[in-house]
Amino acid sequence: MSNGVLGVLWPFSLFIIMLSVVGLYCVLVTRNLIRALIGLELLFKAVTLLLVTVGYVTYHAALAQALVITLIVIEVVVMTVAVGVVLGIRSYNESLDTRRIRNLKG
Amino acid sequence: MYAYLILIPFFSVIILNLPFRTTMKKAAFWACLVLLLAQMCLVVFSAIFPGCSFFDIFKTLFKLDFTADNLSRVLLFSIALILCVTLLVQKSILGDKERIFNFVNMLLIILVGMNGIVMVRDIFSLYVFLEITAVSSFILIGFNQDLDAFEAAFKYIILSVIATALMLSSIAIILLLAGDTSFSAIASTVRLSPHRLLISLAVGIFLCACFIKAGLMPFHGWLPDVYSAAPTSVSVLLAGIATKTVGVYTLIRIVNSVFVLDRSLQHLLLALGAVSMIAGALAALGQRDLKRMLAYSSISQVGYIVLGLGAATPLGLAGAIFHVFNHAVFKSLLFVDSAAVELETGTVQMDKLSGLAKRMPVTGFTSVLASLSCAGIPPLAGFWSKLIIVIALWASGHYAYAMLAVLASLLTLAYLLTMQRKIFFGKLGQDMAEIEEAGPVLMLPALILAVITVGVGLLFPFVSILLKGNLLGG
Amino acid sequence: MSVNIAILLSLLAASLWTVLTRSLLRSAIGLALTSAILTILMIRLDSSLAAVFELSVCTGLISVLFISTISLTHPLTRKEILAHMRERRARFWFLPFLLIALGVILSLLKIKPPIDLPAPEAVKEARNVLWSLRQVDVMGQIIVLLTGVFGVVILFKERVKK
Repeated sequence: MSNGVLGVLWPFSLFIIMLSVVGLYCVLVTRNLIRALIGLELLFKAVTLLLVTVGYVTYHAALAQALVITLIVIEVVVMTVAVGVVLGIRSYNESLDTRRIRNLKG
Repeated sequence: MYAYLILIPFFSVIILNLPFRTTMKKAAFWACLVLLLAQMCLVVFSAIFPGCSFFDIFKTLFKLDFTADNLSRVLLFSIALILCVTLLVQKSILGDKERIFNFVNMLLIILVGMNGIVMVRDIFSLYVFLEITAVSSFILIGFNQDLDAFEAAFKYIILSVIATALMLSSIAIILLLAGDTSFSAIASTVRLSPHRLLISLAVGIFLCACFIKAGLMPFHGWLPDVYSAAPTSVSVLLAGIATKTVGVYTLIRIVNSVFVLDRSLQHLLLALGAVSMIAGALAALGQRDLKRMLAYSSISQVGYIVLGLGAATPLGLAGAIFHVFNHAVFKSLLFVDSAAVELETGTVQMDKLSGLAKRMPVTGFTSVLASLSCAGIPPLAGFWSKLIIVIALWASGHYAYAMLAVLASLLTLAYLLTMQRKIFFGKLGQDMAEIEEAGPVLMLPALILAVITVGVGLLFPFVSILLKGNLLGG
Repeated sequence: MSVNIAILLSLLAASLWTVLTRSLLRSAIGLALTSAILTILMIRLDSSLAAVFELSVCTGLISVLFISTISLTHPLTRKEILAHMRERRARFWFLPFLLIALGVILSLLKIKPPIDLPAPEAVKEARNVLWSLRQVDVMGQIIVLLTGVFGVVILFKERVKK
C-alpha cells in the first residue's frame, strides 16, 4: 500500500473531528430549534466525509458510495420529520426558542 | 423464509394505500391484527420445527439475507405480541377510522423496521433498520399533535441523531479495518486485527450509541419525557418493545456475535447496568405521574438486562434475554392499565386517584400481577428471569453486583406498592364514584398479558428447557 | 494534497460561518455552502455518484426544506435582534478559539497510522454494489421514503385539517 493514500487519512480525520465538534457545539449551545437541526446536519456531513475518506483510503470507494447514498436518503427523511415536529411546536408557541421547552424535566 | 416477515408487512402497507382506500380503511385494522398473529404463529412454528423452510421462492429472485436464531425468535415473538396490544389499545382509545388507518400504516412500518433489526446480519443494514424504527417512532410520538409530545419527540430526535452519528463513525472505523460490513467479517477482523486501539475506539463509540438508544442512566434524558408525553398506546409500544429492540437487542447482538466482550468492556457494562438499575428505581420512587414512574422503572429494568449481559456467561445471557421478554410483557401490561386509568378518569397523576380497585377490578387485579412480576415475586415470570440474572452474577464472582440486584428488587417492590396503594387501594375518592371499568377491547390485551405472566411463571421448567438450547446458535 | 487541505479549510470555515452567523436564513445558506464544498471533496475522493446525490439532495432539497421553514416563522423586531446578538456573542465567542486549540493539539499528535488495509474490493462500480450486494439497503431506502411520506401526512396534513 502506498503511503500517499494512507497519508490522506489523518489530515482528513482531523478536519472531520473539528467539523463534528462545530456541529455538536451548535446542537448543544443554540437556543433555536432550526439551528439545532442545522447542527445535526453538520454532524451528518462529518460522518459522510468520514465514510467517503475511508472508502478512498481502503480502495473501497464503491462500497462506501453505496453506503453514503443510503445515508443521504435517510438523512433527508429524518430532517423532514424533524421539521414537521418543529413546525408542530411552533404552531403552539409561535416561537422557535428552546427555552420555551420547559414543560418537560428530563 | 424469514424474508417474508419483512416483505409481507411492507407490501401490505403498499396494498393498503392503493386506490381502493375506502374498503381498505375498514380492512386495515383486521389485516394488521391477522398479520401480527401470523407472525407469532410462524415464530413458534419455526422454533418447534427448525430447519423446515418452505416457500423459498424469493431466494431465487432477491438476495435478501435475513436469518433468525433463538435470540431473534424471542424478539420476533415479543414484537408481534406487543404490537397486537398496541393496536388494541389504540382502537379502544380512538374511534376515528381515518386516524386508525394512519396508525395501522405506521405500525406496519415500525414492524418492518423492528423485524429487520432483529434479522439482519450486516452492521450497516442494521443501521438502516434502526433508522426506520426511529423515524416511525418520532412520527408515532407526535401522532396526537400535543405540544408535550412534540417537544419530547424533538428531544428524542436530537439524541437519536447524535447516537446514529456515533454509530456511523464506528461503522466507518470498522470499514477501515475490515473492508466489509457483514457481522462475520467484522467478527473475524476484531479477533485477528493487530490494531487494538482502533478496535476499542470503534467498540466504545458503538456501545455509547447503544446506551443512548436504550436509555441507560447517564444517557436517559429523553426517555421519561417521551414515555410520559407520547399517546399511551405508543408508550406501550416504546416501553414494551421498541426501545428494547433498538437499544438492548442491538447491544446484546453486537456484544455477543460481533465484538468480543473483554474485561474492561465487561466492567463498563456491569457498572452502567448497576447505576441505571439503582438510580432508575430511586427516581421512580419520587414520581407523581404514573407514566413517568413507569418510564423510570423501565430504565431500572434495562439496568437488570445489561447486568445479565455483563456477567458474560451463557446463563447471564439467557437471563438477559428472558428478562427482555418478561419486561415486554409486564411493562406493557402496566402501560395498558395506565391507559385504562387515563381513559376512565382523565388523569394519571397519582395524588388525584384513589381506591380505583373497587370500580375497576380487572385493571386493578392485572396491575397488581404486573407489579409483582416486575418486582420479582415468585412464582410470576419476572421472578425467574431476575433469579437467573442474580445467579449468573453470583456464579461469575460479581458478588457486589448480585447484592445490588437484590436490593434494587426491593426498591422496585417499594415504588410499585406505593403506586398500587395510591391508585387502586384505599378509600374510593368522592369524585371517583361514577368511574366504570374500561371496555372489553382494552381489557382483552390486559388479560392476555396477565395470563402470559402467570403462565410463563408457572410453566417455567418447560420454558427453561426451551431456553437451554444454544441461544445464539441456529 | 495541499489542494485537499485548502478545500478542507474552506469546508471548516463554511461550517463555522453556518454556526456563527446571526440570521437563520444565512445559516441555512451556509449549510448549503458546506454541503457544496463537501461535494467537491467527494469528487476528488473518487466518489462521484455519491457526490451527485449530496449535491442534489443535501444542497438542494434540504436547503429548500430549511428555508421554507424559516420563512414560515415570524421575523424579530429590531430591539429583539440587538438583545439576541449580544446574547449570542456571549454563548458562541469561544467556539473559534476552541477549534484552533483543538486543531493545534490534533496536528501536534502527528499520527501516521501504519494500518494493514483490507484487500481491495472486487466490484468497482457503486451502482453494481448497491444493486447486487446491498439489496437490503435499497429496500431499506424505499421503506424509509415511505415512512417519510406517512410522516408528512400525519404531521403536516392532519394539522392543516385541525
